[in-house]
Amino acid sequence: HCRMGQEERTSGGGLSTTILAIEFDGGVVLGSDSRVSAGASVVNRVMNKLSQLHDKIYCALSGSAADAQTIAEVVNYQLDVHSMEIGEDPQVRSAATLVRNISYKYKEELSAHLIVAGWDRRKGGQVYATLNGLLTRQPFAVGGSGSSYVYGFVDAEYRKGMSKEECQKFVVSTLSLAMNRDGSSGGVAYLVTIDEHCTEEKVILGNDLPTFYDQPPKYP
Amino acid sequence: MEKRCLDAQFKGVSTGTTILAATFDGGVVIGSDSRASIGGEYVSSKTINKVIQVHDRIFCCMAGSLADAQAVLKTAKFHLSFHSVQMESSPQVIAAASVLKELCYKNKDELQAGFITAGWDRKKGPQIYVVSLGGMLIKQEVTIGGSGSTYIYGYVDAKYRPNMSREECLQFATNALALAMGRDNVSGGVAHLVVITESGAEHTVVPGDKLPKFHDE
Repeated sequence: HCRMGQEERTSGGGLSTTILAIEFDGGVVLGSDSRVSAGASVVNRVMNKLSQLHDKIYCALSGSAADAQTIAEVVNYQLDVHSMEIGEDPQVRSAATLVRNISYKYKEELSAHLIVAGWDRRKGGQVYATLNGLLTRQPFAVGGSGSSYVYGFVDAEYRKGMSKEECQKFVVSTLSLAMNRDGSSGGVAYLVTIDEHCTEEKVILGNDLPTFYDQPPKYP
Repeated sequence: MEKRCLDAQFKGVSTGTTILAATFDGGVVIGSDSRASIGGEYVSSKTINKVIQVHDRIFCCMAGSLADAQAVLKTAKFHLSFHSVQMESSPQVIAAASVLKELCYKNKDELQAGFITAGWDRKKGPQIYVVSLGGMLIKQEVTIGGSGSTYIYGYVDAKYRPNMSREECLQFATNALALAMGRDNVSGGVAHLVVITESGAEHTVVPGDKLPKFHDE
């Protein structure tokens, strides 16, 4: 059976992780943790899993690191060609479709799930999930092994019509909770906020992440 | 009746269920869903009660193999009532948990059962003890278990606060169960909740249509 967010364990360079993207009125916020593990070993503790596909379109990588990165690179190239052909910035849906086409065609060989999110002029902020070759637009999407632990939290906390700052806070809290519980997620939190005017990348270090009732107080 | 739901991606074996317990100011809330399923395909019971009373103010929820858990609880109930006659007073919550722990630890090769024990006693007030599969006993303020618990770790970490009021804690437990039942296909039905305080134990059942609804429902 296949469960959203639970990837098979790959032995060499897995990106079992926590990723999420959420739409607000006028843009999107993407977030990810930074841990890459190979079995019990953390091979990279500061990997940025938010990959740029175009000026205002990013994707979040999860599953096998190699597969996910390759898909992102190929789609980056295909989007460049496409945007030159149409003579304007590509739509987010186009980027998501390109990712979906690869995921679906090679679904037996690949083991990666990318969440595609961005802003375009026609439909504003959009988030697309492309798990296993489906394409669906959602108000928010979570993925990676850590996502299982935060389904309850995001179901309870998500409200329609949140502002940009509320969305950022929501993403950071969700990442922090998942990183605390999932052995394959950890490190720092990467955040990307995309709206009409700017694309902002941010890193939130471990000790600046929100803590919860059962954790010792943050470092001063 | 109920088959183990092999959820090998998360942990070894867990029943298709969601159980939890939380401490509040003056008592504990212990609760579970009510679904028994066969292999995750057929719901064999929609309204099974997984919260078992072992003494006046001590309740247990089972995790793991239901058959093993029932057998252990039956033995534990006997030991506990004998113990309380010897002590000439109500048993402490830790006594109930220790009895379960002894049984689970001594028979760890044959058994696959874990428990959440929650209750109130005069010595230490409200307490929750978790006996895990191998027989480890730890005391916790709030704890969750079963296959559905995976989905609410984030919610519980974020929303639980020590020393809540009774109503807040009941709402917290109901929400957590509803969220888990919404995502786990082998948890569902109604929410069974028991509130245990100095004055006694109160059992509430929240039917499916009265459970809190969240944004996508």
